[in-house]
Amino acid sequence: MMDRRTTIKWMLAASASMPLLEQRVAGVDASTALPPAQGYGTDPDLTKTYHPGDVWPLILSRAQRHTASALCDVIIPADSVSPSASAAGVVDFLAEWVSAPYPHQQKDRAIILDGLAWMDAEGVRRFGKEFAALKETEQHLICDDICSEQKATPAFAQAAKFFARYRDLTAGGYYSTAAGRKDLQYIGNVPLKSFEGPPLALLQKLGLSPEQMQRG
Amino acid sequence: MPFVTSATLNKTYDVIVVGSGAAGGQSAYTLSMDGAKVLMLEAGRKYIPESETPMYQTPDQGPLSGASTPDKRFGFYDATVNGGWEVPGEPYVQTTHDPAGRFDWWRARMLGGRTNHWGRISLRNGPYDFKVHTRDGLGFDWPLSYTDLAPYYDKVEMLVGVYGSNDGLENTPDSAPGCLLPPPKPIVSDLLIVQRARRLGIPVIAGHRAVLTRQLDFNTSPARLHPGNPTAQKIIAADMQRRAACIWATPCGRGCSIRANYQSTTVHLPPALASGNLDIVTDAMVHEITLGKHGLASGVSFIDKTNGKECRAFARVVILAAGSCETARILLNSKTARFPSGLANSSGKVGRYLMDTVGSSLGGQIPLLESLPPLNEDGASESHVYTPWWLYGEQLAGKLGFARGYHIEFGGGKRMPGLGTLAGLEWLTGGSYGRKFKQDARRYYGSFVSFDGRGEMIPNKGSYCEIDPQVKDKWGIPVLRFHWKWSEHETRQAAHMQKTFEEIIEAMGGRVNGEVQTDGAKAIQAGGSIIHEVGGAIMGKNAKTSVTNRWGQTWDVKNVFLTDGAVFPSNADKNPTLTIMALAWRAADHILDLMRRKDL
Repeated sequence: MMDRRTTIKWMLAASASMPLLEQRVAGVDASTALPPAQGYGTDPDLTKTYHPGDVWPLILSRAQRHTASALCDVIIPADSVSPSASAAGVVDFLAEWVSAPYPHQQKDRAIILDGLAWMDAEGVRRFGKEFAALKETEQHLICDDICSEQKATPAFAQAAKFFARYRDLTAGGYYSTAAGRKDLQYIGNVPLKSFEGPPLALLQKLGLSPEQMQRG
Repeated sequence: MPFVTSATLNKTYDVIVVGSGAAGGQSAYTLSMDGAKVLMLEAGRKYIPESETPMYQTPDQGPLSGASTPDKRFGFYDATVNGGWEVPGEPYVQTTHDPAGRFDWWRARMLGGRTNHWGRISLRNGPYDFKVHTRDGLGFDWPLSYTDLAPYYDKVEMLVGVYGSNDGLENTPDSAPGCLLPPPKPIVSDLLIVQRARRLGIPVIAGHRAVLTRQLDFNTSPARLHPGNPTAQKIIAADMQRRAACIWATPCGRGCSIRANYQSTTVHLPPALASGNLDIVTDAMVHEITLGKHGLASGVSFIDKTNGKECRAFARVVILAAGSCETARILLNSKTARFPSGLANSSGKVGRYLMDTVGSSLGGQIPLLESLPPLNEDGASESHVYTPWWLYGEQLAGKLGFARGYHIEFGGGKRMPGLGTLAGLEWLTGGSYGRKFKQDARRYYGSFVSFDGRGEMIPNKGSYCEIDPQVKDKWGIPVLRFHWKWSEHETRQAAHMQKTFEEIIEAMGGRVNGEVQTDGAKAIQAGGSIIHEVGGAIMGKNAKTSVTNRWGQTWDVKNVFLTDGAVFPSNADKNPTLTIMALAWRAADHILDLMRRKDL
């Protein structure tokens, strides 16, 4: 495997306008570099709690985790309501995801690992530092170019695809946790004696009424 | 000793039931509660919902936040064991890669089969649905009418517990008094759909699902279920009291450890076992019905999966309730000199007229539902309301371009957040990230609605299964090969669904997420996707054109009965499970009657 520094140098040498896929080098094609792993099978214990790494080994390097953490916190930073993505454990979730032995996740692995390498290369190219070491404003300048697949210029189209996938996974991991549920004020998943339906005041505000059901 | 092994089962039984799902569970229940000695053979493993169900687990407690994988197609917490559209070591053959010609076969290898994870939607077929050919000249009439089956629908609803309301709508039958449990209150998005769909002339009524919105009526129902049988009444009254009512949390698709919804393992099997008349062998893969004297079946051959050994079991009557395709497979694999093309297949109709449900879906985002205050909308998991087919008149007059109807199931509400809840928001947010993304997530969470159309497929000659001449499963049993074809009745119906969903979303002031698919061939989901496969050994009035009579009794071998969906001559838009159970109860009553009269 080509080491990370070499990869970044190589990427720097490549034009930023070159589509990401063409910039790929053998060293970052993780699908060929993954140790053999098994899934959880068709009859796993559904009642125990699993942690990333329990079922298959995690492949993210320390450096990749560093970039991954910085990027998911740009997407979901801490605010007055809830913690950042990395504080909620999203990096472990992402590591589990890209390490999984299933086809869908293996496809994502290539996208994510290439994308993380691109983020670092882009940081070095524009600001002389890898992504995690950039100032927040610098990180945002890069993300502004790739945060919309609709608006991204052709030069950033491939990176925008990566960003969209990474944002979906970050949000998926984050809102699956207790911190995410609390942020969204989800109050279900608790046993109730009866199900009373929405409060009347809210329905009135929306111009709705439970009596509608009676009109057949 | 209700759970036995291939080594400890009795020498002979009154009835062997192959399969333990809705059909097998109901057949075994009815027979054993009336005193028949029953052996149930299940191809999957023993499964104990009380201890195995992941109640309250949150997505982050499972691998990949509960994502769907090839090991667990409906997500980590789905109640399916050793199953899905592929089962390791148990292949089947497709004849084409073209999605339009595919049939994907979902199986579960576990006690209770697919009833452990199903959607619990429990709709009755209506009077038209039994006389489809008479009504529009297509497909086949059933050899029985709604009124023949109505008393059994009543019984099944009382036994398993189904919520719903009686709305008196066309071809959407009411239940007898005391059968239905009260429906759960609609959630906010339901009420908005009710209001706006009605402006379009589309009715929205209470859903019907097999969930206990309150405890079953253990004082009154037992006598109605088992008249003249005080032992059975006592057993079922006690069992009804052991089932808890819904606690309005944790999805039904995971199964239910407190037995608040219907699954064969929590509703049919416990009282049947308590009768002392039911033995169950799990890991028993039945592959053949054996013939004895006088052209009658003597029992079955099965593989004991725990040791790979070929075993036999014997009975006066054999019931196949293995799931439509597996039932057809067992018949086709039971080849003898008398039945060179498979048992009970003198008509050549075994495997023929396979049907699934037409499915098409669309989602939307509704500004009125944005930024609502915190609400617990878990409810009964899904389908507090639904839309039954409403255009019978227009359709019969030929105005729609397709012959049969569909119903609509709705999704919405502030569901437990997971992997996909806030994915793909760019079309709404313009690509936000950072603090703005978090604000957007709070704003849009709970503002999405989804529409699933579920429609009737008309049986056709191009949709069938047969035995593949080469491929065998890991037990050496020849496997099925599928052929599939949709007609324009189905594809046009799927396009109509898309148009209807778009109209409802717009009437709700919302925006369609993605594209409205006006090409029906693209709008329709692949065969087998909806997992409502029926047919393959249809019932009829004539031994030349059908496999069984109106009791599910095969024309060719009078002590072989089919009680699963294989006998359906048509597949109404109504989800098949309730009808499977009603037919199975009716067939079992008939078997008991014939055994009493020594006709079996």
